[in-house]
Amino acid sequence: MKLVKFTKKGIYCIPGKFYLDPWLPVDYAIISHGHADHARNGMKYYLCQTDSKAILKHRLGADIHIESLNYNEPKMINGVQVSFFPAGHVIGSAQIRLEYKGFVVVFTGDYKVKNDYLTVPFEPVKCHEFITESTFGLPIYNWLPEAQLQQQMQDWVIKNQSHNRTSVFLGYSLGKAQRIMKMMEHVDQIYVHSAIHNLNTAIEGSGISLPKTELLTYDFKKEDLQNKIVIMPPGLLGSKLLKKIPNAATAICSGWMQIRGNRRWQAVDAGFAVSDHADWNGLLSAVKATEAEKVYVTHGSQATFSKYLNEIGIPSAEVKTEYGTEEEEKEVVTDKNVSS
Amino acid sequence: MKHFSDLISAIEITNKTNAKIDALVDYLNIAPNKDKLWLITLFTGKRPPRPVKTTLMRQWCMEITGYPEWLFLESYSSVGDLGETIALMLPDPTHHIEKSLSDWMTELLALKPKSDADKKEYVRHAWSGLEMQERLIFNKLIGGSFRIGVSKKTLVNALSKYSGIDANQLMHSIIGNWDINSISFEDLLHGEHINYDNSKPYPFCLAYALEKELPELGTPDAWQVEYKWDGIRGQIVKRNGEIFIWSRGEELVTSQFPELVASMESLKEDFVIDGEILALKDNAVLLFNDLQKRLNRKNVSKKMLEEIPVGFYGYDVLEWNGEDVRSEPLSYRRQLLEELLTSELKHDNVVISEIIEFQEWNELDAIRNSAREFNSEGLMLKQKNSPYHTGRKKGDWWKWKVDPLTIDAVMIYAQKGSGRRSSKYTDYTFAVKKDDGLVTVAKAYSGLTDIEITEISRFVNKNAIEKFGPVRTVKPELVFEIAFEGIALSNRHKSGVALRFPRIVRWRRDKTVAEIDTIEQVKLLITNPN
Ligand SMILES: [Zn+2]
Ligand SMILES: [Zn+2]
Repeated sequence: MKLVKFTKKGIYCIPGKFYLDPWLPVDYAIISHGHADHARNGMKYYLCQTDSKAILKHRLGADIHIESLNYNEPKMINGVQVSFFPAGHVIGSAQIRLEYKGFVVVFTGDYKVKNDYLTVPFEPVKCHEFITESTFGLPIYNWLPEAQLQQQMQDWVIKNQSHNRTSVFLGYSLGKAQRIMKMMEHVDQIYVHSAIHNLNTAIEGSGISLPKTELLTYDFKKEDLQNKIVIMPPGLLGSKLLKKIPNAATAICSGWMQIRGNRRWQAVDAGFAVSDHADWNGLLSAVKATEAEKVYVTHGSQATFSKYLNEIGIPSAEVKTEYGTEEEEKEVVTDKNVSS
Repeated sequence: MKHFSDLISAIEITNKTNAKIDALVDYLNIAPNKDKLWLITLFTGKRPPRPVKTTLMRQWCMEITGYPEWLFLESYSSVGDLGETIALMLPDPTHHIEKSLSDWMTELLALKPKSDADKKEYVRHAWSGLEMQERLIFNKLIGGSFRIGVSKKTLVNALSKYSGIDANQLMHSIIGNWDINSISFEDLLHGEHINYDNSKPYPFCLAYALEKELPELGTPDAWQVEYKWDGIRGQIVKRNGEIFIWSRGEELVTSQFPELVASMESLKEDFVIDGEILALKDNAVLLFNDLQKRLNRKNVSKKMLEEIPVGFYGYDVLEWNGEDVRSEPLSYRRQLLEELLTSELKHDNVVISEIIEFQEWNELDAIRNSAREFNSEGLMLKQKNSPYHTGRKKGDWWKWKVDPLTIDAVMIYAQKGSGRRSSKYTDYTFAVKKDDGLVTVAKAYSGLTDIEITEISRFVNKNAIEKFGPVRTVKPELVFEIAFEGIALSNRHKSGVALRFPRIVRWRRDKTVAEIDTIEQVKLLITNPN
């Protein structure tokens, strides 16, 4: 049975006549989540999960044609039953389940298996064919439990405060930023960059409550920020705005920070392996839970991960897509974008 | 080991020396004295022999995890460090072991003679009782080396900040002969095992780059002019029969240059002299590149000593038979230097720096421009009546370097940073035009900011044409200004020229590949260096 094929424009559902996270303009696009490499401009119609709708409109324009579905709410498109299941990646992220004449394909988009207590937790879905990401598909990537990671980050903030330093976390506006907010809730006052603030406003507009934050304006008072917590997008590393923050200690939050060489490369004070992607064991457990007959591995370590799956008896193939690495998910934010 | 583990985390993340020193001081304030001795041992490269072979550790890790070798190697190649790869791959700990650094080190020392089976049991037990970061430290303790950018000088500065003891004395103390089992931390710091009076160096006198026209300096005969050398500025101290060689970085490097020590031993006087440590063969100065091969080796092999012999060009005398002569005029100190280095006991590898004879200032231009021919960097101008100043002082000493040569070239290959550690492309190969195509002229890596490197890495990722292992062939588009210290014809190079010390001056975003130099233009620099 051939329900989907991999084309130049993206993953195409043959009977349904629609695309999943296409990277070139198409008529009908079903979007897994709001990151720039999955939700792109130029589609005639968009379909996404309910919590993603406001995010997509915020990022792609209020005038896009967009429809949404709740998790596990089926919709028939040209005889194909489409439904969304939680991917646990960022708010509104979904695995896309396609069913046609009893044959089921699931495309994960991006996902993480561990609960971050903010996004709806990942839910395994049984299927015949499973199309999975593999951003961190090497056995060196295994994340700490959320509580332990949170403890490390809070300890770092407290240590900074004892040295009269302001703690600055660098993380993507969608996903990482809200997660850091959650981890730092009640530790101290949190200031966020306008790119994050605007996205938060969009998210809250669709009825989701987020931890309380202040907008970091360009003309902030130094004494207000002293010893507090600031979250800004990674593109602002080295920016004037960051340099203006008094006595800043900066930390990059990214799965790549698991490797010392990557931590040392960036001229920052700390690196925390906070990732919104599945780690090695997460990928393996997700694949196994689907009981799929065939696993297609996309962006990341597709060659390695699919080779390993084949070796442990799970038929698999790698697929080239144009989705980014975690690093490239970041939006372009520079000093110039700082508006308040 | 928690404190030690925290120390390593804090040190490895920062590239600021002061932050490293602060982290070390924090550790010194809380660690037991025995652990502090081990810290000094490990950070000064006095590491004990490795008790467990890396191949065994690799094998055990694969046994525990059940991963095939190719997956292990794939992981290793993206981490770039074996101990770290293993630490990251192992399953979560099942229990927790807490031991001090010195306990771990004592146990590891005792492990060395044991059987492989005993070693395996010990290491597996430790691995299953340590968190990821501690496991990494444990693996590093087995290897005994921490490449985390703490020089002896940084360590000594931290010890000095912690104890209030003079840093140079501490340098002598930690480098001196001591045994971890028979000295206390306090005694080590206070130098009970050394005689600092014998080694104490003076601060170096440093010159500024010449910033005026030569005639503004006054009459030529008030000045002593010498060649400037690109080696390691050094101070040789000989007191009461003991010899110490200090580098300008205030490190004791005596053991690295046994041939210098041998030559010094035969000189009768006690003295402190300033000069340049150079690779010196058949009375000619070799390139700094050659000298570099001799540096920071634990043992200098016989072969090395023959291939790259090291010599010393003497510049000045600071102390003469116990008397500090730094306030005497240079002309007087020069007489002492001549007495010392041109006596009948002289050695070929300890030479007095030649004085350049000249009548008029305008003669010096041509002399400076020819300096490159024998690997000199230019000229030094010193006022004959000047004292030996402490540190950098304007007016009495000037350095007048030859201008670097520069060309515009395009990047054609890129390679990721050394040790497969970094995720960025940091090493580039550059080409200039030849006929209708391009020809490689230089490889260079330094000279760009982190932000530029990130941007270039993104360009490489997008514009890679071919892969040869770690090397990417990229679209010839990015133009850079490349500076170098010398150029010579060469049969060994496809371009026909060899550049000395090529480095990136800047990224010429304003230039396109159409505007780069041709190989003919590059060759013109050979006969007309400026
Ligand atoms: Zn994503
Ligand atoms: Zn993605």
